[in-house]
Amino acid sequence: MKKLLAIMFCALAMPVFAQDMISGLITDEKNQPLQGAIIVYTDDSDYAETNEQGNFELAKQHGKWIHISFIGYESKEFQVLDNDYFPIQLKQSADLDELVISTRRQSSQKSLFDNTNTTTMNSGELLKAACCNLAESFETNPSIDVNFSDAVTGTKQIRMLGLTSPYIMITEENIPSVRGASQAYGLTFTPGTWIESVQVTKGAGSVVNGYESMSGQINTELIKPATDIPFYLNLYGSQDSRFEANAHFNEKFSDKWSSSLFLHGNIRTDKKDMNDDGFMDHPTGNQINVMNRWQYLNLEKGWVGFLTARYMNDNKQMGELHFDPDTDRLTTNAWGGEVKTEKVDGSAKIGYVFPDMPFQSIGWQNAFSYHSQNSYFGLNQYDITQRSFYSNFIFSSIINNTLNKFSVGVNFNYDDYDEFLHNYQSKNYDRTDYSTGVFGEYTYDNTDNFALVLGLRADYSNQLDFFLTPRMHLRYNPWKDAVLRVSAGRGKRLANIFAENQNLLASSRNFLVHAQNDENYGLAPEIAWNYGISLMQRFYLFDRRGDVTVDFYRTDFDNQIVVDIDQSAREVAFYNLDGKSYANSLQVEVNYNLLKHLNLRAAYKYYDVQTEYAKGLMQKPLQAKNRFFANLEYATHETEAGGHWRFDFTWNWLDKQRLPYTGDNSETNRLANYSPAFSTFNAQVTKVFSDRFEVYVGGENIGNYRQDRIILGAEDPFGTEFDSTIAYGPVFGQMYYAGLRFKVK
Amino acid sequence: MRYLVIILMSFLTISAQAQEKKNKNAKHQIEVKGNCEMCKKRIEKAAFDVRGVKSANWDLGEKQLSLIIDERRTSINEVEEAIADSGHDTENVKTTEDNYANLHFCCKYDRE
Repeated sequence: MKKLLAIMFCALAMPVFAQDMISGLITDEKNQPLQGAIIVYTDDSDYAETNEQGNFELAKQHGKWIHISFIGYESKEFQVLDNDYFPIQLKQSADLDELVISTRRQSSQKSLFDNTNTTTMNSGELLKAACCNLAESFETNPSIDVNFSDAVTGTKQIRMLGLTSPYIMITEENIPSVRGASQAYGLTFTPGTWIESVQVTKGAGSVVNGYESMSGQINTELIKPATDIPFYLNLYGSQDSRFEANAHFNEKFSDKWSSSLFLHGNIRTDKKDMNDDGFMDHPTGNQINVMNRWQYLNLEKGWVGFLTARYMNDNKQMGELHFDPDTDRLTTNAWGGEVKTEKVDGSAKIGYVFPDMPFQSIGWQNAFSYHSQNSYFGLNQYDITQRSFYSNFIFSSIINNTLNKFSVGVNFNYDDYDEFLHNYQSKNYDRTDYSTGVFGEYTYDNTDNFALVLGLRADYSNQLDFFLTPRMHLRYNPWKDAVLRVSAGRGKRLANIFAENQNLLASSRNFLVHAQNDENYGLAPEIAWNYGISLMQRFYLFDRRGDVTVDFYRTDFDNQIVVDIDQSAREVAFYNLDGKSYANSLQVEVNYNLLKHLNLRAAYKYYDVQTEYAKGLMQKPLQAKNRFFANLEYATHETEAGGHWRFDFTWNWLDKQRLPYTGDNSETNRLANYSPAFSTFNAQVTKVFSDRFEVYVGGENIGNYRQDRIILGAEDPFGTEFDSTIAYGPVFGQMYYAGLRFKVK
Repeated sequence: MRYLVIILMSFLTISAQAQEKKNKNAKHQIEVKGNCEMCKKRIEKAAFDVRGVKSANWDLGEKQLSLIIDERRTSINEVEEAIADSGHDTENVKTTEDNYANLHFCCKYDRE
């Protein structure tokens, strides 16, 4: 026994005593020693510097790589294996620039030190998408799934953690933007070129932005006038006859005042019907979108302010090829529809940082918006107008020191809705919501490996009464290059059932609301808890950098408005949840730098989204349980003028999806229980001539996968079996596009 | 009358004290020796452990520690002492040989 103990002791003591060292001599081409060369393990775990004789010594870490560098010389890398001595000659580098830009900045970044599971997509990432607005920018982000909402409106729907966009808090510069009336099309109203970056946060959000978020948050930062370039032009055209133009103008009036004017226009003219079902695959339409923003910046006094005004007008026309809105609107001559949206927004933001106390600040945001949509889909009519006002006042400071930060604030929200639905019968659903809340958020950060964020808000709303919203985030860096995050929080919201599910109006379904009372469609507010855990590890493999993230999130609904299209193909029922409803999501994501300039991003996603429907607990329809995603990006070396090529390739695989019940249709319009699994491919090539001019061409859905019979009952669109909303795959086949970007700096 | 004088006197002393009011947010920048990220954490931790230090940020490149301290509670000297105690030489306070010897080998900055 004693012997055993002694052995164990020795074993424990071993690492302390037997620390092997490696050593070496670094010289230049003439064998002169280089003093001050840096030898660093590529995982940053340890490093050494050479002395006057060019010698260094470093603890041996078997199998790892060391990186040897000296300014003005080409770096070298070696793996530490059996040999302990490294006599190394460095060559003088021909090109000093190369040393300066040793790694290309990744266009999509995950931080080791953020307290939330956030991916920041900068404009480089946004350029990878074919086009052109916020809704289309997520194709290369594995945390967000882009789905097809229906076969006629050409709208894409986004999901996070297996839940649709209403459960995501979507903000623009931290002001809630896509909510209420704009749920269906709101993301298409922000042109991609206006965007500076997008932050995608999974799980419970911060209490500062409100109580509605359940599955996550998407925040968009627009280009700031103070840092904008004088002129920017983007033109785009695609084979499916969509044309877009973006022009930005910027003027800096003084060192404090600057202003940007953004103009966007898009148009789609041709009626295309690739699948020969008599229906246009995409709506025709046009959009005009104008924004003017002013920025005031006074760094000495600590003031920053933004004034923004915006106008948007969007028209879409869809339906059968021979539908003419002038003669056929709301008749049975031909099936067609139009969506006309007008939006006016204004916001004023002001921030003040106390000059003696950079850790203390005040922020005040005010925004109003007017949103009006007039639309019809066949004989269904849907009109909604929303007038909103939002105000948020935030005070941030510290307790004792900057390790303990807090924010407190007051927030007011007002929404006035006029809503009209005609679907077999006509009804108005007008309502006014207002809420006032106070919130507090405390952050402890030991500036090393641990941070905790505790948030609580208390709100009073005329519709939701008084309620509390707790949220929690924790970050722990257990070892080198790793981060563990845990989050939990509650969200509560009123569902705008028609606005959020208006795609279902492009069918013959009868909307049935199982109302319990007269308010809010007679349905209760939705309440959900979200819990999540994620682990990210950076690694170096064959001396190339990569990271792997595993995360698991669960959203548990206390109440949900169940949208039930499974009882009958004739109806859609809306009712309060009676039983369980949850969404489990697991994601494994790997980012790896395969070769110099070649990056791979791959992800596997598993979704288990179950809801207690009238027929029992079932997976949500049109939700694939398994998804794969891969993106490869390659960029050639930049020339001095900034010229290079960029290649981008994206692959998505979706497993079978449960299809809603169609058993009461005639045989030709009955679907299988599950859709087939399928893949889609997108690719893009950009030729950058200089930092001022670039052109790009690309293809979407190159594999040309199209859903069979995407519109049920297309032959008889006013019959009872017509349904364009069971869309599990693309309507449109291959699509190619080209565009250019021109900048004046 | 004597009371009045006393009261007046005490008022005067109060206002005199008020004039000497200590700065709640005094900014200081001092040089602190160190090499690496590990040093940064140690230096900042040592600073934050002093009651009255509101903000501490050590710049690895410049070897400068930017501080905001509440001078009613502490002084720049007290902070320098604490940092020296952790093993790092500051502009005005040098650490002991023992403290220096205890540093991780990658943190062993060049001593003057």
